[in-house]
Amino acid sequence: MKPRIGVLALQGGFAAHGAILDKLGARTDEVRTPRQLAEVDALVMPGGESTTMSMLLERSGLLEPLSERLNEGMGVMGTCAGMILLAREVVDGRADQHALGMVDITVRRNAYGTQIESFEADIDVDGLESPFHAVFIRAPVVERAGPEVEVLARHEERPVLCRSGRVTVVAFHPELSGDERLHARFLADL
Amino acid sequence: MSANTETSAAGAAAGQNRPATGTTLVKRGLAEMLKGGVIMDVVTPDQARIAEDAGAVSVMALERVPADIRAHGGVSRMSDPEMIQGIQAAVSIPVMAKARIGHFGEAQILQALGVDYVDESEVLTPADEVHHIDKWAFTVPFVCGATNLGEALRRIGEGACMIRSKGEAGTGNIVEAVRHLRSITGDIRRIAAAGDEAELFEWAKQLRAPLPLVQEIADTGVLPVPLFCAGGIATPADASLVMQLGAEAVFVGSGIFKSSDPPKMASAIVEAVTHFRDPEILAKISAGLGQAMAGLETAALTTKMAERGW
Repeated sequence: MKPRIGVLALQGGFAAHGAILDKLGARTDEVRTPRQLAEVDALVMPGGESTTMSMLLERSGLLEPLSERLNEGMGVMGTCAGMILLAREVVDGRADQHALGMVDITVRRNAYGTQIESFEADIDVDGLESPFHAVFIRAPVVERAGPEVEVLARHEERPVLCRSGRVTVVAFHPELSGDERLHARFLADL
Repeated sequence: MSANTETSAAGAAAGQNRPATGTTLVKRGLAEMLKGGVIMDVVTPDQARIAEDAGAVSVMALERVPADIRAHGGVSRMSDPEMIQGIQAAVSIPVMAKARIGHFGEAQILQALGVDYVDESEVLTPADEVHHIDKWAFTVPFVCGATNLGEALRRIGEGACMIRSKGEAGTGNIVEAVRHLRSITGDIRRIAAAGDEAELFEWAKQLRAPLPLVQEIADTGVLPVPLFCAGGIATPADASLVMQLGAEAVFVGSGIFKSSDPPKMASAIVEAVTHFRDPEILAKISAGLGQAMAGLETAALTTKMAERGW
């Protein structure tokens, strides 16, 4: 049986992730409740507004079960806001914003500035033969990555794609540029 | 998935190592990230904080909410930059602001202020009765209102990266937004079912819309940019209704700060947009919210803002 891939659908770019995963032949489910989370084998945490998602995780009763599943080793890929939620430490966040602490990085929210500074650029990714076209939307920056964290790609020296065990975090939006390779790798690694 | 279908700017940027800002992919990308969220009208930094505390994905900075614009009349313009900067300083979420239809001078100022999205809005008094803003000329992305698919595609042709229904702002009455959403999504379905190219030529002519955009809808079955709902949302149930009718996020104008308990109403609408298909959750979050804004019958209105725009 193929694993069931959940896409956290509280808010944000979940539909674009779902479409790519469907195209790759994965079985996908949107996750908004603890019951839906219990039914999936792995999870994608999309981009969007991290402060909103943090509140909705709490109000939907997902915070504890999600933390539990992640600590049990569930595979997860977090992009942009998903990266912020999975980080150990968040700078320029709200005081009440949850950091799930699943990867030993410090991220700064909206580090590039407002939307006018959002950009796209080609970046080299370890293990990919050609550059990946990356879209950065009001993106976070990784200011510190712990010694256990594998840095798989950088943009202007800063880590933008990191892995720590079964947790992958991405500062940009691989779901927006029509390149399926990072999702394919996430599925292959499960 | 609309952001994947575009070609122009991203195609030009692909293959370069130099970071490219203001591309169509980057502009539509922010709209993708706002999906499933609530964008709230605010007129002060305090209101902006209440909105962010409640889980808004973005705030729309303006001088008066539409209900007050309606009540007080006069010419309605872009907000004072000082007020916009105060709101930018108060919150960490994206800040949008409104420019008058056709008023590219206001839009240039808003871009200089670093707002995250400009709403070329019928809620303000139009500055040009023929032309809309050339939105391709800007780095900042634009959202525009539409009452039907032709209007939506004309705005996209001019460079809009997000479309919202107009509804009838400041009324707390959802009927016009429902009409606009049904019209837009209904015509999209009919175009996707068209028999041949000749029918698409006729659709473009009837809608007064750019043919390539009509052809794109025939191929993809969706609007080329995200479709949000605005105009008349006053309760969690309203938000659920429009999301089920095909809206991908909602703007709430007067509905929050004209209700009796704004923080509570704001939180409830945020949750309603997430759980829009789950009536049991909706029943819980709709309970005990106090008074929703007092509404207006659209038949009794002297000014129909939705009729502004061409």
